[in-house]
Amino acid sequence: MSYIQAENLIKQYGNGDAAVMAVGGMSFRIQMGEFVAVMGESGSGKSTLLSVMGGLNTPTSGQYLVDGLEVYQLGQDQRADFRREFLGFVFQSFHLVPYLTTLENVMLPLVTVKTNGRTKRSMAEDALSRVGLDRKAHRLPSQVSGGEQERVAIARAIVNEPPILLADEPSGNLDSKTTRDVMDLLRSLNQEGMTIIMVTHSPECAGYARRLLRISDGLLVEDVPINGSGGNLECWSNGVMENSEWA
Amino acid sequence: MTLKDIALRNIRRRKAKAGFVLAGLLIAVSTAVALLGLIEAMNRDIQQKLEEYGANILILPRTENLSLTYGGLSLGPVSFEMQEIRQADLVRVKAIKNAANVAAMGPTVLGAVEIKKRKVLLAGVDFQATKILKPWWKIGGTVPNAFDVLLGSEAARILSLKTGDHFKVNSSELHVSSILAPTGSQDDHLVFARLDTAQSLLRKEGRVSMVEVAALCNACPIEAMVSQISNALPDTKVMAIQQVVQSRMETLDHFRKFSYGVALVLILVGSLVVLVTMMGSVRERTAEIGIFRAMGFRRSHVIRIVLLEAGIISALAGVLGYLIGFGSTKVALPFFTGSNGIGVIFDPLLAAAAFAAAVVMGLASSVYPALLAARIDPSDALRTL
Repeated sequence: MSYIQAENLIKQYGNGDAAVMAVGGMSFRIQMGEFVAVMGESGSGKSTLLSVMGGLNTPTSGQYLVDGLEVYQLGQDQRADFRREFLGFVFQSFHLVPYLTTLENVMLPLVTVKTNGRTKRSMAEDALSRVGLDRKAHRLPSQVSGGEQERVAIARAIVNEPPILLADEPSGNLDSKTTRDVMDLLRSLNQEGMTIIMVTHSPECAGYARRLLRISDGLLVEDVPINGSGGNLECWSNGVMENSEWA
Repeated sequence: MTLKDIALRNIRRRKAKAGFVLAGLLIAVSTAVALLGLIEAMNRDIQQKLEEYGANILILPRTENLSLTYGGLSLGPVSFEMQEIRQADLVRVKAIKNAANVAAMGPTVLGAVEIKKRKVLLAGVDFQATKILKPWWKIGGTVPNAFDVLLGSEAARILSLKTGDHFKVNSSELHVSSILAPTGSQDDHLVFARLDTAQSLLRKEGRVSMVEVAALCNACPIEAMVSQISNALPDTKVMAIQQVVQSRMETLDHFRKFSYGVALVLILVGSLVVLVTMMGSVRERTAEIGIFRAMGFRRSHVIRIVLLEAGIISALAGVLGYLIGFGSTKVALPFFTGSNGIGVIFDPLLAAAAFAAAVVMGLASSVYPALLAARIDPSDALRTL
């Protein structure tokens, strides 16, 4: 049995003539420890798919299971618990809470966990250290660079050691050097066994993954393995993939 | 880090919004405290002034017949030529449950005598008690001793008597020791002597016609005292001077109701300010709430964050509101009561009530915004996801 299993997932916004089919019946399976890139044009439905996979957006129909758990059969509270225990989120624009320090932002997923404060703090410090920001633990998000904010967001996503990391355009607001650092970090997490599902526009970022799901008009049009070499900009020419695996 | 830390950090970050909520609650709480403090202080002021009006309970012989109007107050029926009260029985009044509330007790014997061939009403009184019972009396001369009399102003004029004059009553020679300044009451027509002197002249030794009792003080249970005195003196008719009590109660009640109304309106307005501000704050924080929900916060956690914020600000408003209200009462009181020594007293009950009211008001007004926050769809909140 696959770790993540989506069966004929449909997400429709609105009704009648105004209805928009964001996800038009997708089925796929993801094994534990995979690094999957989801690519597609703007409005193709990839972000909607990610929010459905994050237990944040109830599909109109279809089945979505994680570790045998039918996520949308869970109640609101149980689904919140599921998100806390199974998922880490990295958002495109970081979504750090501006009035909390970087350390406190990293501690957010632990706030509702029943563990003593010292342990939580230690876990958050470890996560920050993992992304190389232990020296900036007491700075506010506005006092660190965009790349550092992204790394704080990753530290927050991994602080409770979730088995799955969902990342939405993690390089969207970063320069190429910082993008490489962030992608190296994601690859390293994946190598430690974390399942990573990453929505991206960037072929360079997608190059770090080992599997590509290409989406168009709410439909899964391509599901192929890739080499995960990543960071090899020479693989690309004018943003168009030349590697045979991608052709 | 806890939910409380998040709430505190958000308050610090959104100082203007928190200040607005605080201001709304502060205005409501401090005004309510000031009004209630003023009512309480004015109540004591009125009580004090009413106490200066003298007697408010009358003890009369259980009899019927004549109706007597005395001092502009309806005293009910009394017949001073008929039955009297045994003076020795009055000691029982000192044994009633609320005896400590009796400020003064003035037994009075009344009877008609002839002075200079004119019928005059002679009143035997206890001049010590009368000082308390009739503080408005202005006596020109000395307080009468045995065989001295105090003449009412009209009695002195009609009888052509002045201080130092002598006259005879039933073969006893009496000396005018003083004349009462006009009071505008029936006292102006009376001749006052010491109780024992009058009893002797009227041949009513050991008997009194009526007893005036001053028992008007803060928290004096007048009706209960009337009942207690009635039980102690079963052969008498005891009554409160209803006009004074009722008028006092009505005046205070009107003001109290008005103040409660104003306080209620302010509390409603304050609650509305909190509601609107908290709703605005929740809307502003949609994305942030989306982050919390994505991180695994349950709806109840979001509700708790919003209510914690409201609770912290409300508690602060409760404390500051009481202090500001207390201060405002101190400043405003002289304008309402004049400088008569009535002060504002720290009332722990009012302080506790102000604190509780602020917290309840803040929390109650934040319940809807909190529910609204909890219902925010995290996927809508995180549009980029």
